[in-house]
Amino acid sequence: MSSSAPKTAAPVKSTGLHTGDIAPGVAKVDPIIIADKVTRTFGGLAAVDVDHLEIPRNAITALIGPNGAGKTTLFNLLTGFDKPNTGDWSFNGKSLSGVPAFRVAQLGQVRTFQLTKALGLLTVLENMKLGAKTQLGERMLPSLFPFLWRKQETEIEEKAMEILARFKLDTKADDFAASLSGGQRKLLEMARALMSDPVLVMLDEPMAGVNPALTQSLLEHILDLKTQGMTVLFVEHDMQMVSHIADWVVVMAEGKVVSEGPPDIVMKDPAVIDAYLGAHIDTDLGVVTGRYAAADGSKTTKLTAEQITAEGAAEADEVEPEVKKAAKRPAAKAASSKKEADK
Amino acid sequence: MDWGAVLNNTAGWLISPTTIAYAIAAVGLAVHFGYGGLLNFGMAGFMALGAYGYAISILSFGLPWWAGIIVGMLAATVFALILGIPTLRLRADYLAIVTIAAAEIVRLLFTTQVFDEFTNSADGLGGYHAGFRGANPIPEGTYGFGPWQYTENQWWVRIFGILILAVVVLIVFLLMRSPWGRVLKGIREDEDAVRALGKNVFAYKMQSLVLGGVFGALGGVVFALPSAVVPAVYVTSLTFFLWTILLLGGAATIFGPVVGSVIFWVIMAFLDNVLPQLAADDILPISNIQAAVVRYIFVGVALLLIVIFRPQGIFGNKKELTFVK
Amino acid sequence: MKAARKASQRRSRLVVSLFAVVMAMLAITAPGAASADEVGTDEYDFVFSGNVKYNSEPLEDVLIKVSGNGYENEVVTDAEGKWKIGVPEKDKYTITIDESTLPKGVIVADDEANGASKEAEFGLTGNKTVNFFLGEGVRNVTSFGDQLLERIVNGLNFGLMLALAAIGASLVFGTTGLSNFAHGELVTLGAVFTLVLGVFNQWPLLLAIPVAVLLSGAVGLGLDAALWRPLRKRGTGLTQLLIVSIGLSLALRYLIQFFIGGNIYQLPGSSDTKINLFGSVSLSVVDMVSMGVSIVVLLAVAWWLTRTRIGKATRAISDNPSLAAASGINVNGVVRIVWVVSAALAGLAGILWAFFIPGIKWDMGGGFLLLIFAAITLGGLGTAFGAAIGSLIVGLLVEVSTLWIPSDLKYLGALAVLIVVLLVRPQGLLGRKERIG
Repeated sequence: MSSSAPKTAAPVKSTGLHTGDIAPGVAKVDPIIIADKVTRTFGGLAAVDVDHLEIPRNAITALIGPNGAGKTTLFNLLTGFDKPNTGDWSFNGKSLSGVPAFRVAQLGQVRTFQLTKALGLLTVLENMKLGAKTQLGERMLPSLFPFLWRKQETEIEEKAMEILARFKLDTKADDFAASLSGGQRKLLEMARALMSDPVLVMLDEPMAGVNPALTQSLLEHILDLKTQGMTVLFVEHDMQMVSHIADWVVVMAEGKVVSEGPPDIVMKDPAVIDAYLGAHIDTDLGVVTGRYAAADGSKTTKLTAEQITAEGAAEADEVEPEVKKAAKRPAAKAASSKKEADK
Repeated sequence: MDWGAVLNNTAGWLISPTTIAYAIAAVGLAVHFGYGGLLNFGMAGFMALGAYGYAISILSFGLPWWAGIIVGMLAATVFALILGIPTLRLRADYLAIVTIAAAEIVRLLFTTQVFDEFTNSADGLGGYHAGFRGANPIPEGTYGFGPWQYTENQWWVRIFGILILAVVVLIVFLLMRSPWGRVLKGIREDEDAVRALGKNVFAYKMQSLVLGGVFGALGGVVFALPSAVVPAVYVTSLTFFLWTILLLGGAATIFGPVVGSVIFWVIMAFLDNVLPQLAADDILPISNIQAAVVRYIFVGVALLLIVIFRPQGIFGNKKELTFVK
Repeated sequence: MKAARKASQRRSRLVVSLFAVVMAMLAITAPGAASADEVGTDEYDFVFSGNVKYNSEPLEDVLIKVSGNGYENEVVTDAEGKWKIGVPEKDKYTITIDESTLPKGVIVADDEANGASKEAEFGLTGNKTVNFFLGEGVRNVTSFGDQLLERIVNGLNFGLMLALAAIGASLVFGTTGLSNFAHGELVTLGAVFTLVLGVFNQWPLLLAIPVAVLLSGAVGLGLDAALWRPLRKRGTGLTQLLIVSIGLSLALRYLIQFFIGGNIYQLPGSSDTKINLFGSVSLSVVDMVSMGVSIVVLLAVAWWLTRTRIGKATRAISDNPSLAAASGINVNGVVRIVWVVSAALAGLAGILWAFFIPGIKWDMGGGFLLLIFAAITLGGLGTAFGAAIGSLIVGLLVEVSTLWIPSDLKYLGALAVLIVVLLVRPQGLLGRKERIG
C-alpha cells in the first residue's frame, strides 16, 4: 500500500468543515448526520457509546479505530441494521432512530458490507438492476403485466451499463456475480449502491481483501463519489489510505469517539496514538524492554519489567483509573521527548 | 398378475383430480420455498381451508360455487397473515414449526364437535356438488378412450382443475421473470443485502406466503370438487407428500411441481395396484394391508434420497439452489 | 413531569376502584336467580310444566332450568312441587333439575335423563309435562377446586414425560443445529418396542421397558452413524437436514404402521384402578410410578449435564462448536452420545405416554412432536433447562385448559401458546436473544 504512488494528482481536500475547536463531537458547518447519545450494549459490554457526532456533507469521512472499537456496530445502528439501547440521530434533518434498514436505504443512505454481499445467484446486470429505486415491476400486481414496467426496465438497464462501464465491469454484465473475483465483487457492490443515486454512501472496509492492483481503482471511485456531490463515510484500517483521501477522520476506541479532525491533526493526537497505535510506537520494542540500548543514545524511556506489567494490567482494565493514568504518563513523555529529539 | 388392469388403473391417474389438486398446491409450495425460501410445513392447513371454505359456503350459507372458491382463497389469505406476522422476522426454523402446528390446529378445529353445525366434525361434508355441476358446459354422456373414459361431470372437474393449474402456473411464470421475482430471488440468497438496497423484505416474504397459500387453497378446492371434505385427509403426511412432489420436480422451477405430481401419483397408483397383487400371489411375504402401507414408506425414503443426492430435482439447476450448501 | 405521572396514576387507580365498587354493588343487588313457580307463561304460548315429588312427597324450592333455541330461563317449584316455564317457540329444549336444590340423599335417578337433564319437545298442543324420577343416592359433586387440582396433577404427569422427550430434542438441536422432525417417531418407537416385547412376546414389563429404552437408544446411535454423521461430514446444510428428518419421519411412521397396523394397542396396566390420594385426586400406581420415574430421570439428566465432563462438553458444543472442537473436545463423539441419550429419553417418554393416554397407535408421535416443539419454543430453543420448564408449562396448560375448552381441543391451547410466544418473546423464557434472527 505504501508503495503505490498516486498516478493522478493528489486529492483536493475539503477544509473548514467544522465550527469551533477540534474535539470529539465538534459541530459541522453542514452536517448530514447528527447523532446524539447513541449507545448499544451487548450483555453488559458497551459496544457503542457515542455522546455526539456529526458527519459533514459532501466530504469523505473516515471512521477508524482498533478492532472492537464499535465501528461496524455504529455503522449498523446508523443504517438501521441494529437497534440502539438509547440515542437518536438524524439524516438530513429527519430522525432515523427506529427506522428499519430498508427505509433508511430508500431515504438515500446506502451501505456496503464488510463481507461483500454481491448476490452470487444473480448476474452482474441483475445485481445492478436490483439496486434501482423506482421500478414499478417490483410491486407484485404490476409485475404480472410486463407492459407496465418494460420501459422502466430498459432505462434501468441503460443506467446500469453506464455505471458498470465506469467501474470496468460492463464486459461481465451477463456473468453470474459468483464468478467474479473478490475485488470485482467489491466494485460491483459499490456500483450497485450507486444505482439509487444515494446522498450518503457508507462503505464498511472497502479495501478489505482487495488485491493491491485494484485498490487504486477503488480509491478513484470513492473520490469520484465526492466529485459527484455525494457524501462518503467509510470504515478502514489502512492508515495510508485514510490520510490519502479522507477530508475528516473520526477515531473510535472502546465504543467512544476519542478524537476527530482533519487527518494530519488526528494522526498526531496522543489520545489516538495511545488508543490506536499503541503507547510506544516510536520506540524500538527491543529498547522498550531493555534488551539493548537505544542506537542513537537519545533519551528514551527504559521501562522496567514491573512498569511494563503495570501498563499491561492497566490496559486490561483491572486497575483503577489513577494507576492507569500514572502508567500512561511516562509513555506520553517518552513520545514527546522523542519528537523533541527528532527535531 | 393382471398387467392390463394395472396399467389401466395407473394411467387414469395421469389426469386425476387428485393429481391436479396436488400439482396446484405444489406450485403454491414452490412459491413459498422454491422461490421465497420460506419453510412452510402447513400446506395441508391451506388446502383444508380452501376445501372447507368452499363446502361450508355452499352448504351452510347457500353461496354460489364460485363464491365458495373465493371464500376459500380469503381464508387462506387470513391464515397466511396470521402465520407470517409473528414468524417472518425470525429464523426459518420457526416458520417451519409454527406452520406445522398451525395446520394441526386447523385440522383439530375442523374435527372438533364444537363446530359440528358447520363442519360435521369428523364425518366431514358432502353433497355440495350441485352448483358446480350446474355450471358444466359439457353435455351429458361419456367421453374419452382407453383408460381415460369419464362422464361429463368427471371431465368437467378435470378441465376446471387444469384451467386453474394453467392460470396458477402462468402467474408464477410472469412473476418470477419480473422485477418482483428478481427481488425475491435476492432475498432468498441474502436478505440483508436486499434490505440495504431499500427493499421491504418483510413485505415480499409476506406476499410470497399469501400467494402460495392461496394456491394451496385452490388445490384444496379442486381436491374437494369431485368428492367430499373430510378432516382426516389434511394431516401432516399430506404436507410431506407435497414436499416430496416439489423436490422431485424441482423446487424453483415452473413445471417441476406439475411433473412431480404426475410422476408421484402415477407411481403411487402403480404400486397400489401391483403390491397388493404381489402380496396376494405370495410373491411378497407381506399381507394385503401391509402392501398398501409400503408405498408410503417408499415416499419417505424417496424424499430422503432426493434431498441428499439430487436436491435440485428433475428440472432444477443445482447452482440456483439456496438451501444447499 | 414526575408529578404529572403520579397524578395520572392516582387518577387511574381511582377509576378502577370506583368501577370495582359499582360492579360489586350490581352483583349484590342483582335480582335473584329464581322467582315464582311460574315463569314466562304470560308472554309465551308454549309451556313446559311438571311436578317434583319424592316418595310421593312434593318438593318445594327445587330449581328447574330450561334452555334451548337460544332461550334460557329457570323456575322454582312451589309448595306443591309444581312448576311451569313458558318458551317462545315450538322446538326441542333441555330441562334440567339443579340437584344441589334437592334434599340431601336425593338425586335424579331417571333412565331417560342424561345426568340431571332431559330433552323435551312439544307434541300437538302448546303444553308439555316433564317429570323426573328421583331416587336415593349421593351426588357426584366435584367442586371446581377439586377438578382443578386433579387436572394440575395430570398436567404435571404429562409435562414431566413431555420434558423427557423435549430435553432430548433440545440437546440435539443445541449440538447439531438440527430441528429433528423425526423425534416424534422416536417417541412412538419406545412404546412400540415395549408393545412388541411386553405384549406380543409376553416378556414381563419390568424387563421389557428397560430393554425397549435401550433399543431406542440403539436406534439413535444407528441413525447418527448411518445418516446424520455422514451428512454432517459432507457439510450438508441445515435446511436440507431438516427436510431429511421429514423424510425419515415419514418412512419411520409408515414402517411402524407396516408392522403393527392401524389399531390402538394397550400396555398391561394401562387401565389400572385409580387410588384416591387426596381430595378428588386419584392416581393409579402406574401414574405415580410414571411421575416418579420422570422426575428421577430428569434429575439424572440435569446432573449429567452440569456435573459430568461429557455433559459439560455438550453445553460447550451448543454454545460454540468450533471453539469446543478447538479446545480438544471430540465433537463427533459427544454428538453420538447426545443422539443415544436423546433417543433413549424419547423412547422412555413414549412408554410413559402409552400408559397415560392410554394407548399405542402408529401415528401417536406426530401429535407429541408438536407439543415438544411448543415446549422447546416456550422454554427457549437450545437450552435443556428451558425445554424442561416449557414442557411442564405446556403439560399443565393442556390438562387444565380442559376445564374450559372441550377435551378434543385440548392440544389447541399448547399450539396457540406457541404462536403467542413467538409474537411476544421469540427467544422463549430462558433463551438468549441473539439466537433468533
